[in-house]
Amino acid sequence: MHDRSSSGLHLLHDTDTSKTVSPQDLPFTVQGMTVAYHHKPVLWGVSYSAPKGCLTAIIGPNGAGKSTFLKAALGLIPKLSGDTKVFGAPIEKSLKRIAYVPQRSAVDWDFPATAIDVVLMGLYGQIGWFRWPSRKHRQKAMDCLKSVGMQDFANRQIGQLSGGQQQRVFLARALAQDSEVYLMDEPFAGVDAATEKAIVAVLRQLVADGKTVLVVHHDLETVRDYYSHILLLNGQHVADGPVETTFTAENLQKAYGGRLASTQLDGLSEASSA
Amino acid sequence: MDIFLQFDLPSILLGSLAALACGLLGNFLVLRKQALMGDAISHVVLPGIVIGFLFTHETSSWAMMLGAGGAAIFAVLLIELIRRIGNVEPGAAMGVVFTTMFAAGVVILEQTGTAGVHLDVEHALYGNLESAIWLDAYSLSDLWNWQVLMTLPESIKQLFVVNMLVIVFIVLFFKELKISSFDPLLSASLGFSPKWLGLSLIVMVAIAAVAAFTAVGSILVIAMFICPAATARMLTDNLKAQLFISGIASLSAGLFGYLLAAFGPGLLGYEFSVSAAGMIAVVAGLQQVLAMLFAPHYGVVMRRRRQRAHASV
Repeated sequence: MHDRSSSGLHLLHDTDTSKTVSPQDLPFTVQGMTVAYHHKPVLWGVSYSAPKGCLTAIIGPNGAGKSTFLKAALGLIPKLSGDTKVFGAPIEKSLKRIAYVPQRSAVDWDFPATAIDVVLMGLYGQIGWFRWPSRKHRQKAMDCLKSVGMQDFANRQIGQLSGGQQQRVFLARALAQDSEVYLMDEPFAGVDAATEKAIVAVLRQLVADGKTVLVVHHDLETVRDYYSHILLLNGQHVADGPVETTFTAENLQKAYGGRLASTQLDGLSEASSA
Repeated sequence: MDIFLQFDLPSILLGSLAALACGLLGNFLVLRKQALMGDAISHVVLPGIVIGFLFTHETSSWAMMLGAGGAAIFAVLLIELIRRIGNVEPGAAMGVVFTTMFAAGVVILEQTGTAGVHLDVEHALYGNLESAIWLDAYSLSDLWNWQVLMTLPESIKQLFVVNMLVIVFIVLFFKELKISSFDPLLSASLGFSPKWLGLSLIVMVAIAAVAAFTAVGSILVIAMFICPAATARMLTDNLKAQLFISGIASLSAGLFGYLLAAFGPGLLGYEFSVSAAGMIAVVAGLQQVLAMLFAPHYGVVMRRRRQRAHASV
């Protein structure tokens, strides 16, 4: 069940190649990704290419391997097979073109660092080995904090920020990386309404600036409002494409199986017909 | 004065410099939740030290240092291997490797007859701080006299060099150590390999542990790896300030630990003095207790007071 109308971006599993796209134009392409934890497969031969300049939600049930997909694609965890290309080049050579926002729980918030310290870390790649951040870098980090509305908390130790504020600091750090592709692991998990709004605004701005953004997302009810494209996973690739044609009851049923109550599915598909 | 210069000062220097080298690196061990790695490493280096000693027959030689660094790398690889193949948690793998290698070190020590000559198990465990003497020093002006300074005990000069290495390592890699400790995934994705940084940290820890080991012994090394860093963490939220404070805490533990051990019992009217190495660790521990109680922001006392203020509002 692949959507064929969504241009030639889905080269990997699309036979309709009337409009060929050169690999250099594909911001983020994963081919045959298989990952196992302790001999238990988590991802099976997932192939996917992200549409350029779009905001895409990665959705699927718990344990579908959404976070694993991002981490394995980035080479942060071992995989059995599969490779990732960023604008046609191998991922190892393109790490600077990608910004990854891990789950908030991935780090120790008691660490002796302030909000601006954490944002500065996003600039370390540009600063390079051995050098210390300059005033110019601090200024840029401050600008990034401003764009997520956190400038007043720059010198606050990160453990003393609320969950939503911590998430915004993470987002500011990703902005500082100034990449072309953004991969975010559940940025909306456990955040307040104000933060959710701020994050959505930033995501839209990124896309408006021509960036390609992939977000692991949990809340099916907001998919339609926030995103233009989706990737559905359940250990395997289920479907991907524009929300209007891909975010269907049929596809969700396929991805979630019995885990979505039929009333939920009705609600979501109703929204699609509205 | 010459007695102080000849007998007390060398011990103070040895103890303080040992504490400083371990205390500074300890910050990163504690932040990486690898505090016990310091303990493990100070044990696994024993076979490396003994083998280094067998080659040169000198204590505090650079061959020992080299052997220790090699043993540390070997241990880290072995821990990783056992963790992967044995499918056990890292703590268990560490436990297996560090006891085995330490035991191997003891066996080599006993079998090669080096035990009891220059390097014995007791000193390896408890240190030998009081043995440092500087007989060429007669007056304070000798502290500025390069020629006399060069007659300082070899172990002190070595610790001085090791401290320089530690400080250069931390200054050069401050940013990299910070990011790889805080967020290894981001660190990796930006091209700062947490694996290599972690390994180089462990090698530095091994070097510091060996240099400190003649002074304070391998058991007490762990106190120096953890206490000053944990003390400093209570007092600041800034990593640079934390490093600085932990340095001061280390040096003062070395100084006051020795003074208390050497002169404390005398002040109370006793004729003996107590183990300086032991006292340094005790002072380091006391510093931490004081910080936990009275730190301006995180201390128990201030937190209680804030809670009470909150409750009464």
